Amino acid sequence: MDVKTGLFYFFAILLLIAAFRVITARNPVHAVLYLVLAFFQAAALWLLLKAEFLAIALVLVYVGAVMVLFLFVVMMLDINVDSARQGFWKHFPLAAVVGVLIALEMAAVLMGGFRVNEEPHAAAALGKATAELSNTKELGKLLYTQYLYPLEIAAAILLVAMIAAIALALRERKDSKHISPTVQVRVKAQDRMTVLKMASTQVAPPADAGAAPTAENKA
Amino acid sequence: MSQTLSLSTLLAVPMAPLVGALAAGILGTKFGGNWIGRRMSHSLTIFSVFLSFVLSAMTLKSVALDGARFNETLYTWMVVGGLKMEIGFLVDGLTAMMMCVVTFVSLMVHIYTVGYMEEDDGYNRFFAYISLFTFSMLMLVMSNNMLQLFFGWEAVGLVSYLLIGFWFNKPSAIFANMKAFLVNRVGDFGFILGIGLIVAFAGTLNYTEAFAKAADLAKLSFPGTDWMLITVICICLFIGAMGKSAQFPLHVWLPDSMEGPTPISALIHAATMVTAGIFMVARMSPLFELSETALNFVLVIGAITALFMGFLGIIQNDIKRVVAYSTLSQLGYMTVALGASAYSVAVFHLMTHAFFKALLFLAAGSVIMGVHHNQDIRWMGGLRKYMPITWITSLLGSLALIGTPLFAGFYSKDSIIEAVHESHLPGAGFALFAVLAGVFITAFYSFRMYFLVFHGKERFDQNPDAHHGHGHGHHSEPQHPHESPWVVTVPLVLLAIPSVVIGFMTIEPMLYGAFFKDSIFFAEKHEALKEMAKAFHGPVQMAWHALTTLPFWLALAGVATSYYMYMVNPALPTAIKKAFMPIYTLLENKYYLDWFNENVLARGARALGTGLWKGGDEYVIDGTLVNGSWKLVDWVSGTVRRVQTGYLYHYALGMILGVFVLMTYFVWLK
Amino acid sequence: MTLTLGHFLSLGAMLFALSVIGIFLNRKNLIVLLMAIELMLLAVNTNFVAFSYYLGDLHGQIFVFFILTVAAAESAIGLAILVLLFRNRSSINVDELNMLKG
Repeated sequence: MDVKTGLFYFFAILLLIAAFRVITARNPVHAVLYLVLAFFQAAALWLLLKAEFLAIALVLVYVGAVMVLFLFVVMMLDINVDSARQGFWKHFPLAAVVGVLIALEMAAVLMGGFRVNEEPHAAAALGKATAELSNTKELGKLLYTQYLYPLEIAAAILLVAMIAAIALALRERKDSKHISPTVQVRVKAQDRMTVLKMASTQVAPPADAGAAPTAENKA
Repeated sequence: MSQTLSLSTLLAVPMAPLVGALAAGILGTKFGGNWIGRRMSHSLTIFSVFLSFVLSAMTLKSVALDGARFNETLYTWMVVGGLKMEIGFLVDGLTAMMMCVVTFVSLMVHIYTVGYMEEDDGYNRFFAYISLFTFSMLMLVMSNNMLQLFFGWEAVGLVSYLLIGFWFNKPSAIFANMKAFLVNRVGDFGFILGIGLIVAFAGTLNYTEAFAKAADLAKLSFPGTDWMLITVICICLFIGAMGKSAQFPLHVWLPDSMEGPTPISALIHAATMVTAGIFMVARMSPLFELSETALNFVLVIGAITALFMGFLGIIQNDIKRVVAYSTLSQLGYMTVALGASAYSVAVFHLMTHAFFKALLFLAAGSVIMGVHHNQDIRWMGGLRKYMPITWITSLLGSLALIGTPLFAGFYSKDSIIEAVHESHLPGAGFALFAVLAGVFITAFYSFRMYFLVFHGKERFDQNPDAHHGHGHGHHSEPQHPHESPWVVTVPLVLLAIPSVVIGFMTIEPMLYGAFFKDSIFFAEKHEALKEMAKAFHGPVQMAWHALTTLPFWLALAGVATSYYMYMVNPALPTAIKKAFMPIYTLLENKYYLDWFNENVLARGARALGTGLWKGGDEYVIDGTLVNGSWKLVDWVSGTVRRVQTGYLYHYALGMILGVFVLMTYFVWLK
Repeated sequence: MTLTLGHFLSLGAMLFALSVIGIFLNRKNLIVLLMAIELMLLAVNTNFVAFSYYLGDLHGQIFVFFILTVAAAESAIGLAILVLLFRNRSSINVDELNMLKG
């Protein structure tokens, strides 16, 4: 067994353990942390497969952003951990059966369909240019020529996701004096003003009887 | 040589009554604002019918003496495919005779109505209806194509309905008019099938054209069966005649139609409308002559009607019903004559019968008026002292009816009997028995009525449900009957005259002369009329000869028997009734035909309707199709909605299972 | 033995299966559900990268790129919805979230 295979087994086993713990951890924070571990292992595996850019992207973007987001949410929500675990192992047999079945099927499909025991192909093609070309540059070249349109769409998707997330979770500030324009336009005069009927002259109260006539005489 | 008659004269004949009808019916009633009153209304209509009568008489003279004929289309209504639908007139001997009969009887009835309906609120409406009837009947007899015939046919049916139910607040009147219309409808259904067959196979509605193709039609058989086409056509047409002319079993409406006022019983249900069927068969003689089966059918039905309706007349107590059953029986006689291929004899009897039956009905009406609207003959008697004119005219009418030699009825009835005697059809034996027995029965019930009404003890103060005629005020002692006013008695006299003399005068030209030469056609093998012509030596001789024949003695026996039973020994009828109670019950229930119609047919039809409504409409269409479709959708959606549990993991499970299934499919089943 | 495509594919399959089990098991905890989805995506990405390496085709990695983008967007929105749900229902128990029941 050479180094590569050994490393593969090491990372793969860690990955599987981490994945298992994600789904069976009691505490959701632990689950998130195990997920982070899983991603790290996956990144390492990808490095083994000479996909450097993606491996780093996985760590930076995925672990760095998405997992952190998960962690924020988990810590923000006051989850009743105990009730969340009730009836957990009840469904395990069925789940295990389905899982095993799926695994076997996938393996059968993929193994049956592909020549899996061969050496990597274009290792040769890549080989001679490996020294000069970097994975990133190659990806970049491909992305900005052939896949330009999907790239732009992906950017738009991200924008939409951001707007959606903000719009969904937004709460109004309590001290904001903002009034919705729609409400402002719909205001009617009778909402703001009431017309009362009153006599134009009022009889003065008797206490000032002395002062009022003199004031009037003068005017 | 024949000339053509004047179109404007002919057109005026039906149009004048129509104008009168419209004026009286629209302007004289609330509908048009009550512009014209009673005097104006009856004057207009009587004048127009009188004009019609005068023009008809002139036409008859031209047709009979100058040999004039008319057969033209006035107006083409529409042309569908190759079929022309027109309005036209065909005026020959048959038409001219019918025109005169219809307008004369109508005129008499119009004048009579002035007196009879004097106290009625619907006076103007009545005149409008009877004038409208005159118009319809004239259109029927003058038509030259089957469409116009059918129009007239339906129109007289409609006016009959309106008139039977004239007193529309009486439930029995409404029942009767619906019954008349519905039974007529059954007949009309057959009639329209017959017309349809003629249109389908001859391609034309016009008489002349259809008759020209008759010989070819006779060779065809009805598609899909081995019946001769011409037999089917003739039987279908005759079914129409059965409905209109009240032959067994479609006769049930005529006795009920006595709910209408007496003038219309005279006009419609004695003289004219019911004779439309006879007229139609006579007009279609070229077709009927080609089918022995149809003629036999006609003969047997007529014989049954003649005999069995006569039996029913014996036990009736309502004066109008006696005359009604007598009409039915006489219509049977006419039909028998048609079946024996003696069409001219049938039409001759039609004419004489119109006069004396209308006379009898109007006389009955006069009697009813006289005894203050009591119609039960058990509570009359001895009226000859109080109503002499009515008495004499009734006697003359009854004598004519029973076939007293020299009177009109004698010539026509005896001719019928002779014609049946000469016929070789299979049913002729039964028919001969029926018409001979009918002579006795007719004499019996006619004179039973005569004796009970005009002779014997006066019983009008013994009536248990006497009611005083409206408008006569109150009297402390029972009222005596009084003679009717002149507007009522003059028509009686005017009708009595032809009842006596017309047979004598017209038998020779009509039956044995050229009067019906080109109207009525009979085949060589049905030579009944020829045999009769050989034996005929003039009306006087016929009358003398009758004294030696069976019908005369049968009639005399009938009169004598009724005299004995109702004048000499009045207890005898009650004793006979007790002895033959089952027969009496059978007769009283009119052979249970009404029971059958109401309980089996009508109730059955209503049950079918209810069944289709509840079962078909409510259960199948509303329940299963309409409600069922939404209920099904409801049930399906109710079941399917259970998939939407709202639980996220159920949906996730669904997705996973779906992936699993797809994978299985692609891996192993592809 | 040498490292073949098969190794990576079976690794991906097992990871996928684990995440499916995770979806099944975690009815009461919506956050872990979301995390299981992330694991699923990870498994798929690993497959893609493995294919890209062994078939010498860079397009696999491009696809992973896009998957990463969309996964990030999706988890952001998913978590926003989760937060909103928690605010209104005070529970992230999936069992109780059946208001969309048909």
